[in-house]
Amino acid sequence: MSSLKIQDLHVRIGEKEIIRGLTLEIPKGEVHAIMGPNGSGKSTLSKAIGGHPDYTITSGDVLLDGVSILGMEPDERARQGLFLAFQYPMEIPGVSNANFLRAALNSRQSEGEEIEAVDFYEHLYEEMDKLEMRREFTSRAVNEGFSGGEKKRNEILQMAMLKPKYAILDETDSGLDIDALKIVSAGVNAQRGPNIGCLVITHYQRLLDYIVPDVVHVMVDGRIVRNGPKELALELEEKGYDFIKDALAEPVSA
Amino acid sequence: MSTVLLEEEMTDTPAAPARLLSAGPAAPGQEAAWEQFTKIPLPTRTDERWRFANVKDLDLSPYLQPQPVDETTREELLARSRGLEKAAGRMVFANDQLLSREVLSESLTRLGVVWLPLEQALVEYPDLLQQYFMREEAILGGQKFAALHASQVRTGMLLFVPRGIEIDLPVEAFHWLHGANSSCFPHTLIIAEERAKVTVVDYYESADTNAPGLACAVNDLWLGAGAQVTYVCAQNWSREALAFQINATVVGRDAQARSLFAQLGGRHVRSESVSHLRGPGGRSDMLALTVADNAQEVDARTFQIHEAPNTSSDLLYKNSLDDAARTIFSGLIRVDPGAQMTDAYQKVRNLLLSDDAEANSAPGLEIEADNVRCTHGATSGQIEQEELFYLMSRGISKRAAQKLIVNGFLQEVIERLDQPEIGARLAEMVQAKFAAHR
Repeated sequence: MSSLKIQDLHVRIGEKEIIRGLTLEIPKGEVHAIMGPNGSGKSTLSKAIGGHPDYTITSGDVLLDGVSILGMEPDERARQGLFLAFQYPMEIPGVSNANFLRAALNSRQSEGEEIEAVDFYEHLYEEMDKLEMRREFTSRAVNEGFSGGEKKRNEILQMAMLKPKYAILDETDSGLDIDALKIVSAGVNAQRGPNIGCLVITHYQRLLDYIVPDVVHVMVDGRIVRNGPKELALELEEKGYDFIKDALAEPVSA
Repeated sequence: MSTVLLEEEMTDTPAAPARLLSAGPAAPGQEAAWEQFTKIPLPTRTDERWRFANVKDLDLSPYLQPQPVDETTREELLARSRGLEKAAGRMVFANDQLLSREVLSESLTRLGVVWLPLEQALVEYPDLLQQYFMREEAILGGQKFAALHASQVRTGMLLFVPRGIEIDLPVEAFHWLHGANSSCFPHTLIIAEERAKVTVVDYYESADTNAPGLACAVNDLWLGAGAQVTYVCAQNWSREALAFQINATVVGRDAQARSLFAQLGGRHVRSESVSHLRGPGGRSDMLALTVADNAQEVDARTFQIHEAPNTSSDLLYKNSLDDAARTIFSGLIRVDPGAQMTDAYQKVRNLLLSDDAEANSAPGLEIEADNVRCTHGATSGQIEQEELFYLMSRGISKRAAQKLIVNGFLQEVIERLDQPEIGARLAEMVQAKFAAHR
């Protein structure tokens, strides 16, 4: 029951079907990776699960600990314990990172209650230190003028502060140099444990050297075509996606 | 100070208030202004300077001359006059009566700073008033209302800062409008001599947030060479008020003026702001933020007049519009023939939160010098769906996310003030307006 379960999901953008019957289950405590070539629908999957209004789910279901989240607004899904780390985090001019995070945490409090400012900053600074983020990031506008690496660190900081049950990390390695990649990966690894399930979406195997998955899924044309242990990622790296595409038999389910 | 006189007046039983339009001038000496007011017709739809404005809204017949408030109201309004934690001085007016004047820094008087209610200044410093009181004509369409103000003004704040004196803390004034259909005529006159420095905050408030009323304010800033003046006007009249604000800022050599108009209240607000860059090297930053909702109309007209070379002006007006609110921005930059090396900038941003809201922008340039840089632009847009989704994906409700984004949008204006305490107070007022909405 404690899992993020995606059942035979079909997703359209406009008239075009992008996800075409995808099934996947991430039990709490595990890290799964989805690898796939560009255009396979990886990012669509994360946005659709998050509840982005541009993505229409035509059939299938997404269950968070056994409860369907498809009828929920994006904010409600988040409060149920879902977290998306964005490939391209948005810049929000004029809204400080600290105010943004406080608003996010306050949204999880019961009506009329707010988190204590002192506790908040203590917690925030502790998590920022882990990600080697300077204090000035609290007063800077959300992601505005941040470098690629700073934006990704900021995503992981939010994840650490919000303590989700399930996190989907969409191309977290894109735009990162090796040092930033190590810091971000360490940030994710520090959060691994029995209380969280992670789905790491990536095009390259490189990230999986640092965030070592329990299971690897290969996605092609909106479906999972292969499941395997972490070594599968290495095989893909070596042989390329064409090898999978060529050998593509019937779609499999996880 | 005329405290004794004031209390006597307030214990009198007030006579039935006269209708403004049949009242005549407030006092001897104001007849000429009254005559001018009655002679100038109300603006019409075809008047270019009132383009886009809902001129039907300008009927002045319902409004009454201001009446003194009773002792209970006085106490209540004084208690509600919450300004900044630290101020150099604070005057509180209600219905054009001085309720209190707190001098927190006596030493300033010894340095020659004059800080008086207008009626007292008129007696003690007639030359100052002769030289500066409403000396710049209203040129953006509000002549009738400037004349009305001149014929009715009874009090207000005069602040004279002599050469080289810097007042570190802001000076504040509260103007309260009390009673249904009451009127008031707030006046602020700031004269900063050479290298003087001061910040002034005016708060315009209504005792009852639903009472209809009329406010017709004038604020003039005079900056001598190298002076630095920051002026903030936090307008929060009742949501049924008709309000006019007429501002003239005269910037001398190498002086720096910075003004911010926060438009929160009012049913129909007309704001006219003119910066005269009169001395070489002068600079004026003209800022405004508007939070308009329901059927509010906020009509802002601005004029950046570069009269001398090497002057700069930088205007940033931001409007947030919800429901069926309307805003108008009409701003002109003029560069006189001799004003070479002028650097003028004008930027207007409208954020529309509703399909029924309407933002009108009409920027304009009149350039008669050849070596200048003038840039202007106006844009309107809605909240970006991707921004909203990003905030919501963190658990923040749609409404809270919208508020965060609007606050962030307005924050740029507040930051340009570069006065964190005042900025925090303004942000609080914006929050209160959001909280009262819906």
